Amino acid sequence: MKVLVAVKRVVDYAVKIRVKPDKSGVETSNVKMSMNPFCEIALEEALRIRENGGASEVVAVSIGPTQCTETLRTALAMGADRAVHVDVGPATVFPLSVAKILRAIAEAEKPGLMILGKQAIDDDCNQTGQMVAGLLKWPQGTFASKVILDKEKQTATVEREVDCGLETICIALPAVITTDLRLNQPRYATLPNIMKAKSKIIKKVTLEELNIELRSDFEVCRVTEPPARKAGTVVSTVDELISKLKNEARIL
Amino acid sequence: MASLAIFRALRNRRFSSISPSAIPCSRSFSRLISTLVLGEHEGGFLKPSTLSAISAASSIGKDNSISVLLGGFGSDLKKAATHAASARPVISQVLVADADILTHSLAESWADLVYLLQKEGDYSYIISASSSFGKNVLPRAAALLDVSPITDVIEISEPHLFVRPIYAGNALCMVRYTGLDPCVMTIRPTSFAPPAIPSEVDSNAAPISQVDLSTFNKETQRKSWWLKLTSQETDLPDLGNARIVVTGGRGLKSAENFKLLEKLAEKLGAAVGATRAAVDANFVPNDLQIGQTGKVVAPELYMAFGVSGAIQHLAGMRDSKVIVAVNKDPDAPIFQVADYGLVADLFEVIPELIEKIPEKK
Repeated sequence: MKVLVAVKRVVDYAVKIRVKPDKSGVETSNVKMSMNPFCEIALEEALRIRENGGASEVVAVSIGPTQCTETLRTALAMGADRAVHVDVGPATVFPLSVAKILRAIAEAEKPGLMILGKQAIDDDCNQTGQMVAGLLKWPQGTFASKVILDKEKQTATVEREVDCGLETICIALPAVITTDLRLNQPRYATLPNIMKAKSKIIKKVTLEELNIELRSDFEVCRVTEPPARKAGTVVSTVDELISKLKNEARIL
Repeated sequence: MASLAIFRALRNRRFSSISPSAIPCSRSFSRLISTLVLGEHEGGFLKPSTLSAISAASSIGKDNSISVLLGGFGSDLKKAATHAASARPVISQVLVADADILTHSLAESWADLVYLLQKEGDYSYIISASSSFGKNVLPRAAALLDVSPITDVIEISEPHLFVRPIYAGNALCMVRYTGLDPCVMTIRPTSFAPPAIPSEVDSNAAPISQVDLSTFNKETQRKSWWLKLTSQETDLPDLGNARIVVTGGRGLKSAENFKLLEKLAEKLGAAVGATRAAVDANFVPNDLQIGQTGKVVAPELYMAFGVSGAIQHLAGMRDSKVIVAVNKDPDAPIFQVADYGLVADLFEVIPELIEKIPEKK
């Protein structure tokens, strides 16, 4: 079985982002970029499945500009066998298009399982996995915190993080799984593996080859900073705190 | 875009005209704007987050005909339908999909159901709360309908103009939906106050109709099975809509110390939340996590104990009315958003608070 993992290049999670002065978006040039944390977890899970004999090959896919190859190189250094880069140039690709591209890749690669992060930390959409599952008519196990594959029955048992606790479902393969934070602890790429990754293959695919036209159902009108909070006060004792909450904030 | 302009012009005409001759016209346009709200229910009542979704739907326009969809089976479903019906005039119809396959909110069956209803009902909007249910189901349904969904809307400025947070709430993005109907979105419950629903069911209730499931596509539904749900039983109020939330971070050091926080919560009638660090260290279960990847809360009072205030955590609580931070480290970023900060050892502060806070009413 083959596992397909979709990875996204995003502004590093620790960066304090800046909104562009013309309100057209968030400053992304000269900002540290890295693999979306949820995608790292997705890749780690795929690697573990392969290491446990559940899969024979792990293929990483990324969609975006040329720099995405860096993200794919990281994926290869972590242990992915090969990578596919769908080069779309500088255009912003929204989840529906990403899902359609992934469907096309899945139809070509025929994986038994597709793993994605539950959301990208830049657009915070939390849509792509669900959408590609819908397009492929595959079942979905979203927000997974535990995945157990049953090779014989061709199913996956997925423990999901839901609002009121943990839900366990069983889905038939092929399926789409999206990862929550607690699924695993992603490994670091070691130097020898980073060297080895340089000789692994990143296949470049264009939208023309996939026969997909980018379409957008919405336009971004403006991006602004959230309203700043008023400066607070520092109190020195518990009594002062309680009195402030009582008399100033009128809560207690 | 052009169609939107025409639609607005016609709507304005409708508002300005009160002559009887305008009635046939208004009827055709009330069909133009109609909304399907995916409802979640528990114990025979709509969940507060669903009420917020209804509230968001009604803020789109006055002439919006809102249908609430409920699924599952048995007496709980019937009771929830009655509860939803009592929300008239805010909602105009309750749709009940009576099938045990819908009980456990598996995305496959629910998305197919939404697809089916859209083909029949031709709604202009499909809305749900951005709960784990809504986030699981709606994007799948949107893909089946070949439209782009919009996640976590916090403001509806115009019928097709929305505001949503991006980058963990560090930027607000205004988007205009330009695609075809339906406009599919999940809304952030803390941004839309639920409508008041009369506790007594009167004769003016909205009609309840059964969804015809005979043409329901069973193919994809045989691909997933619900096994079980494990949840923590607690007497404390629900995190999502508590008036007061007390949160512990890594600074609490152990699961036992969280008991101390629970005691304080009990005294305040508050819900207990946690940071990712506290969850990862197994002090508390995952469903208490507040932040970009956990729950989003906006209570009247948010008290953070031993919480540093990472970007990802602030994403889940920055809209709280009053924020109190207790931390030993005066440089902790949490103090930058706190209205009242106390630089002190939480192990001394919490017991003192428990002792000195007046009894809740």
